[in-house]
Amino acid sequence: MRRWMMLAALLPMLGGVAFAQETVKIGYIDPLSGGGASIGEVGLKTFQFLAEELNTKGGILGKKVEIVPFDNKTNPQESLIQAQKAIDAGVRYITQGNGSSVAGALTDFITKYNDRNPGKEVLYFNYAAVDPVLTNAKCSFWHFRWDANSDIKMEALTNYMKSVPSIKKIYLINQDYSFGESVRSAAKTMLKAKRPDIQIVGDELHPLLKITDFAPYIAKIKASDADTVITGNWGQDFALLLKAAADAGLKVNWYTYYAGGTGGPTAIKQANLNHQVFQIAEGIPNLGYPSADAFERALRAKYNFSLFYPRAVNEMRMFAAAADKAKSLDPVKVAAALEGMEFEVYDGGKGMMRKDDHQFFQPMYIASFGDRTEKEPFDEEKTGWGWKLAAKIDTDQTVLPTTCKMERPS
Amino acid sequence: MLELIITSTLNGILFGMLLFLMASGLTVIFSMLGVLNFAHASFYMLGAFFGFQISRWVGFWPALFIAPLLAGALGAAVERFGLRRVHRNGHVAELLFTFGLAFAIEEVVQMIWGKSPVDFRIPPSLDFPAFSIFSTNYPAYKMFMLLVSIAIFVGLLVVLKKSRVGLIVQAALTHPHMVAHLGHNVERVFMLVFGVGTALAAVAGVIAGPALVTQSNMAALLGPILFVVVVVGGLGSLPGAFVASLLIGLVQTFAVSMNGSLAGAFGPLSPDYAQSWLSDIWGVTVAQIAPIMPYVLLVLILIFRPMGLLGTRET
Repeated sequence: MRRWMMLAALLPMLGGVAFAQETVKIGYIDPLSGGGASIGEVGLKTFQFLAEELNTKGGILGKKVEIVPFDNKTNPQESLIQAQKAIDAGVRYITQGNGSSVAGALTDFITKYNDRNPGKEVLYFNYAAVDPVLTNAKCSFWHFRWDANSDIKMEALTNYMKSVPSIKKIYLINQDYSFGESVRSAAKTMLKAKRPDIQIVGDELHPLLKITDFAPYIAKIKASDADTVITGNWGQDFALLLKAAADAGLKVNWYTYYAGGTGGPTAIKQANLNHQVFQIAEGIPNLGYPSADAFERALRAKYNFSLFYPRAVNEMRMFAAAADKAKSLDPVKVAAALEGMEFEVYDGGKGMMRKDDHQFFQPMYIASFGDRTEKEPFDEEKTGWGWKLAAKIDTDQTVLPTTCKMERPS
Repeated sequence: MLELIITSTLNGILFGMLLFLMASGLTVIFSMLGVLNFAHASFYMLGAFFGFQISRWVGFWPALFIAPLLAGALGAAVERFGLRRVHRNGHVAELLFTFGLAFAIEEVVQMIWGKSPVDFRIPPSLDFPAFSIFSTNYPAYKMFMLLVSIAIFVGLLVVLKKSRVGLIVQAALTHPHMVAHLGHNVERVFMLVFGVGTALAAVAGVIAGPALVTQSNMAALLGPILFVVVVVGGLGSLPGAFVASLLIGLVQTFAVSMNGSLAGAFGPLSPDYAQSWLSDIWGVTVAQIAPIMPYVLLVLILIFRPMGLLGTRET
C-alpha cells in the first residue's frame, strides 16, 4: 500500500518532467569569452531574437523555443565537453558557427554519439563554419549547413574579380587553420584559371585569434606592392587587421568574407577605404526587400548591432517549417524533412537544402562598404557608411558539385 | 627590401618597448623581493580596465595617473595582506598564491566588464600620424608609447642606482636585519616595491589598452611572453629586460616578414613524401612560426646561458 502511495506521489513529478519537455532547447555552442567573444555574443543575441520571433507566433509545434548558451572559447576540445553538457541538459538540437576546426570536431562527435544512442539522436545546425570538407569528404547526415561554403564564396568572388581589370597583384592573408587553408588554396586555383595574368605576391597564414597587432603583416603587404588583398579573416582578426592598415595608411582593395562582423565597419571607416572593401555574403542590409527591412529595423531597435547572420534567420525559420512538415520534433524526422527542402529565404529568392550533402544553396550578394545614397537607408556601427550592392549571384549559379557519400540511418 | 627592413625594425622596436613597459615591473619585483609574480600580467589587465573606466569619466590623461595608482594600491594590499603571510611558507607557496590570484583577477574582470572587448579608444589629441617612411604612417600614439617606455627605463635605473631610496631598497634585499636596525621599516619597503611594480604594469595596461585590445583574455595572451623577456634578459636585471624586450620584438617582427621555408632552401620535397606529415614541416614558412620564436629563444637561452643575457644569478 505504502509503495503505491509513493508511486502516486511520484506521478505528478513525472508530469513535471514532461512539462519541462514542452520547450524546444537549442544548444548554442560558440565563443562567449576570448578572442571570438565579440562575435559569439552577437550570434547568441541574434538566435535569442529569432527564438522570440518564433515564440510570438506560437513556437514550434506549440512548444516554446529556448536558446541555451554554452561557451566553447573557440576551442574544439572544449566544444565537445560543452556538447556533452548540452545533451545531458536535454538538448537535441545544437547550433554552432565560429570556427571550422570546432565544426569538424562537433560533426564527428555528434555522428558517433548518434550511432551509439539510437532513439536519442542529436542534430547539428551549422550556421557559419564554411570549410568545404564538412559537406564533402567529412559530410554527415546529422549536419546541416546554412552558410555557403568557402568554395562557393570564392567562386562568386573570383567571378566578380575577373571583371575588374585594375586588379594586378593580389596578397592573400588568412588564419592558420582548416578554413584559412581552404580560402587560400581555392583563391589560388580559381584565380589561376580565371585570370592567369594576376600575380599572387603574398600568401600569409597567421595564428587564429591570437594576434593583437598586425603592423608587421601590414608592412609586409605594403612592401609586396599588392593592389588587392583577399582575406577570410573573421572576428577580431579582421577588425585588428584593418585597424593596423588604417594606422599605417595602407590603401588597397579588400575582398573579404566577413568584413561586416563586429568592429569591422568601424575599422574600415577609420582606414577611410570608401567602397574599397568588398564582402561576399548571403545577405546585407540595404537590399530593399520589405520583410528583411522590417526585421532589420526591429533587431536594431532592440540591440545596438545589425543583422550579420541572415543565414541564422533561414536556419531557424526552416527548422520550424521542417518540424511542421514532419509534424514531429524527433530529430531524425526533422532531418528527413529538411533534406531537399526548398525555402523562401530571408532576403527573398529561393533557397534549397541539397539532399546529397546537406549544403544550403541561396542567392549570394557581393557588396562594398562606404558612402550611402538614399537607396541605402542602413548604416553600420554608427559610422554613417553602409553596404551597397555590387553584384547578385542567383541560387543556380552558386551550385558546386560535392564528393559527399552520405550514410543515412537505416 | 630596404623598405621592409626599415619598417620591420621600427615595428619591432615599438613592440619591444611595449613588452619592456610590462616586463619592467615584473623585473623590479623579482630583483627586489625575489617573488616571481605570476599575476603580473593580471595587473597589466587591471590597469587597462581601470584606465578604460576612468577615461570614460574624466578623460584619458587623468586616467593615465589614477589607474596605476589604484592598481598599485591594490598591489601593495596584496603584498601586505597576502604575500607577506604566504612568504613564511617559502617560494612554492608564493608561486601558487600569485598563480591563483591571476585566475581570481580574470574572473573578477569578467564579472564586472564582461568577456567581450571594451571600446577603449586612443585619445583624440594623439590620434594622428606622427610621420611616415616609405608612405607607411607611424601613429603618434605609438611614438608616445615609445617615449613612455624609455622614460620609465631611465627613471627606474636612476632611482634604483643613484637615489637614497634605491640604496635602502637594495640593501633591504641582501641585509634586511641590518637595514631594520638602522631604523628603516623593511616590511614597508617591500610593500612599496610591490606596489610600484604592479603600478608599472598598470601603466603599461593603460597605454597598451587602446592600441591593442582591452578584454578579459589580454593577460593570458601576453603573460607567457613576459616571462620569456625576464628569463632571456636575466632574472632581476633591468637593463637585461630592456635588451631582451627589444630582441624579442625584433625577432618576432622580422620572422613575420620572412617567407623562407625548408622547401625554399632545399628545393621542393620529392613527390614520394607529398602526402606525409613531412610535407607540412617542409612547406611551413618562417612567418608562420613567428609567434613561437620567442619561446624557441627561451629554450636556447636556458640551455646555453641559464643566467640570461645580462643576469648575474644562476637561478
